[in-house]
Amino acid sequence: MTALPPQSSVASPCCDVATRAHGSLLAQASDPGVGTGNVLGNALGNVRGEFLREVIDTLLLRSGFNTNLVIIGTALLGLAAGVVGVLALLRKRSLTTDALSHATLPGITSAFLAAGWLGLDGRSLPILLLGATITGVLGVIGIQLLLRHTRLREDAAIGIVLSVFFGAGIVGLSWIQRNAATGSSGINAFIYGQAATMSRSDVLLLGVIALLAVAVTLLLLKEFALVCFDESFAKVDGWPVTAIDLAMMSLVVVVTVAGLKAVGVILVVAMLIIPAVAARFWTERLVPLVLLAAAIGAASGYFGSVLSALLPRKPAGAIIVLTAGSLFVVGMLAAPTRGVIAVAWRRFRLRLRIAGDHLLEAAQERRETTLGADALDHVARVGGWSTAFRALVLWTLRRQGMIERVRRALGGHSSELGAEPAASGRGLAHFRITSAGVARGARLVRNHALWEQYLISYADVAPTHVDWSVDQVEHVLSDALVSELEAALRTREARR
Amino acid sequence: MTPLRFDIGLDLFPLTAAVLTAVTCGILGNFLVLRRLSLMGDAISHSVLPGLVIAFLIASTRSPLAMFGGAAIAGLVTVALVELVKRLGRVEPGAAMGVVFSVLFALGVLLIEQAALRHVDLDADCVLHGQLETLVWYDAPESVGGVFSRDTLAHVPRQVTLLAIMAVGSIAFVALLFKELRIAAFDPALATTQGFSAGLMHVLLMIFVAGATVASFEAVGSILVIAMLICPAATARLLTDRLRSQVLASLGIAVFTAIVGYTAASALPALWEKDSVSAAGSMAVVAGVVLVVAIIASPRHGLVTRVLRRRALAESVARDDILAALHRAAESGRFELARAELERDFVGRPLAAALASASRSGLIDVRAARVSLTESGRSAAAAVVRRHRLWEHYLVDEVGLAPDHTHATAEQLEHLVAQPPSGPVTDPHGRVIP
Repeated sequence: MTALPPQSSVASPCCDVATRAHGSLLAQASDPGVGTGNVLGNALGNVRGEFLREVIDTLLLRSGFNTNLVIIGTALLGLAAGVVGVLALLRKRSLTTDALSHATLPGITSAFLAAGWLGLDGRSLPILLLGATITGVLGVIGIQLLLRHTRLREDAAIGIVLSVFFGAGIVGLSWIQRNAATGSSGINAFIYGQAATMSRSDVLLLGVIALLAVAVTLLLLKEFALVCFDESFAKVDGWPVTAIDLAMMSLVVVVTVAGLKAVGVILVVAMLIIPAVAARFWTERLVPLVLLAAAIGAASGYFGSVLSALLPRKPAGAIIVLTAGSLFVVGMLAAPTRGVIAVAWRRFRLRLRIAGDHLLEAAQERRETTLGADALDHVARVGGWSTAFRALVLWTLRRQGMIERVRRALGGHSSELGAEPAASGRGLAHFRITSAGVARGARLVRNHALWEQYLISYADVAPTHVDWSVDQVEHVLSDALVSELEAALRTREARR
Repeated sequence: MTPLRFDIGLDLFPLTAAVLTAVTCGILGNFLVLRRLSLMGDAISHSVLPGLVIAFLIASTRSPLAMFGGAAIAGLVTVALVELVKRLGRVEPGAAMGVVFSVLFALGVLLIEQAALRHVDLDADCVLHGQLETLVWYDAPESVGGVFSRDTLAHVPRQVTLLAIMAVGSIAFVALLFKELRIAAFDPALATTQGFSAGLMHVLLMIFVAGATVASFEAVGSILVIAMLICPAATARLLTDRLRSQVLASLGIAVFTAIVGYTAASALPALWEKDSVSAAGSMAVVAGVVLVVAIIASPRHGLVTRVLRRRALAESVARDDILAALHRAAESGRFELARAELERDFVGRPLAAALASASRSGLIDVRAARVSLTESGRSAAAAVVRRHRLWEHYLVDEVGLAPDHTHATAEQLEHLVAQPPSGPVTDPHGRVIP
């Protein structure tokens, strides 16, 4: 249940924001108005429609050149980050990308300063990104060196590189703020990102980088998959594992650097990690995983920047990450096989089946064909069933045709029924086990005995210790395994 | 502007705040690094941001207590969410951490914008790299003596008070529960059988880390918290093998880092007559530099030590091999070898150093490019060859190797301190064992 807070907290600011946006639109709508109550009322009626039109316009890229640039840029970035993020996830390097993105900051500030000394424009994006790439790569190399030459573990190595490099970046930032002659406004934007200030050439550059990264990944997907899933096999098979690994890491570096301007040093890592992890919920295969991660990344970029375009003063980076986060939560809860709901449902179904098994097995062991109240009580107590669960078990068994209800009119069991006054309101029926139910009970008893015998004769478990572990296994023995057990025990018997 | 002047008004409180942060984080970081949770510190320090802002929006004050509560809750929520995503979603730990803290941080950034709309000064930058420099003490006393008076206490900024409480608390926590923390870190199962919960220790540690982050966010910023949580402990880990000395060393390193980093932030730029840079950033960099120095120069695990140790080993092995070669030559009637012959056999090995050291110890004579054994060298050489042949015998007799496969292994074993079992008089090739 603790999973709910992030989702709800993600949702709440958005609602808040939505109402506020209404407010600001309302102000705009009423500005040119005459100001009397009547006009205001009309305007109020129109606001909803107007806002809706604005939403649709932005979604369909009809709301102005600059907004479109941002939307296209971030969607492309999301696409590339999703694809490349899968590689990082499969190599278990999610947090290395965190260190990497932090390590780009000193590169940005040094590039800015170096460009100033060389007489170039320090705010030109290619120069800053070049610096970012250099220190980003240095950071990754630093992690590798720490791991190879010291006895520090990966988490410490990542943390060291992250904090020291970022600290250096902050030193650089403060130097620029306090000492540099030129303005530093462009630099500060890299920490939290400022998608709104992207120019046409910026978006073009990012787009080319992103598409190149995607193309390279798709071209080398087979090689990457090989190294991700079975590195030693790749080595034995003669693939240049180090070079392939380097290629993967370079892709991650390139996409990280490309994302700095839009979502910032701290949040770009989210663009790499979240789409890949979110996509992982939905599929077990690599190609769908890559495609899905790309789709989730692109959708986060697209919807995130649309939202931030519609709502004033909302940083695009944060909104994009929160969009991706919501998609992650949806996947974690609702994915068909790995989702929390699906897993819980499967577990519940299994528990229900096992409970039914126990009831039928208990009856079979007593050689009874009816389920009396005390037998029911006993099994329910041992299994720790709640009243509702007990009713559900009985209902399921009845629906499956394993048991059927018998009215109390039979009289022979009146004393037994008297022992349970609580349920007498409906005239608690007892249940007769149908032939299907008897067969199922018999099969379980037999499985139990077989597995018990197997454990005693082959696994050398003491006969007094067998019962409990068998109680769990008996429900999941397949027919094939049962006949195998029978054969094994028969030959052993024959050999004696 | 002189580079190194301590101004009570300008420097006292910032430096105190920095040192207190260093002490708090330095001591707690040891257990994070040990339990491979270094990045939990990172995650928490990012994700306390929404906690701070929400607490602020609800309480509408910057009262330390409300902030502390909000951030501590956010810290614990982070830990719980990471666990939850890891278990329920079956997501790899690193990725789970990345998802949780980045989403929470994004939420914090968004909420800050929200707060800014209400004309509130709550700056995300300040959360990241702090505002140490604003802890100025106006009308401070001129002399150091003036500091030790009662009304100094009235001027202490609340950030410093909070940090002091946190520092004392963390030291007490680690000192009182040292044994429990140690067992929980090295062997959680043992902790359980000893009757206390490793999980509880984990939660307590996380509470303190969250507390340290919160206490220091305003003064020094979260980046310094991360640096101080990880770097001093990691540095100390390279210097010593015992937890107690590691904790003490990390404290010393942390305090040293804070003072040097703070000084460097204003002193170094002053050399070029520039304004000082961010003290928090500078301390993080110094922490990194100290770590690099430790990696290179640590007495036991440092790179220099390891290189020297390897070189000494290579030299002594080469010396043994020279003696053995001379002994074998003597067996076939040649009592000296040309230096050129040795050079041919010792390609890529420290021959010159080994020759020099052997002749210094009086084991060989090196005369006009010809090398021969001295009297004491003869017995040393015989001992080496004896070990070699005894090992060969052992390898054939006990290990079951074929006689022609033993030489390479014996060539390595002969340099060991451990002696082969004696007894046999000839080696598997029929040669006499000296």
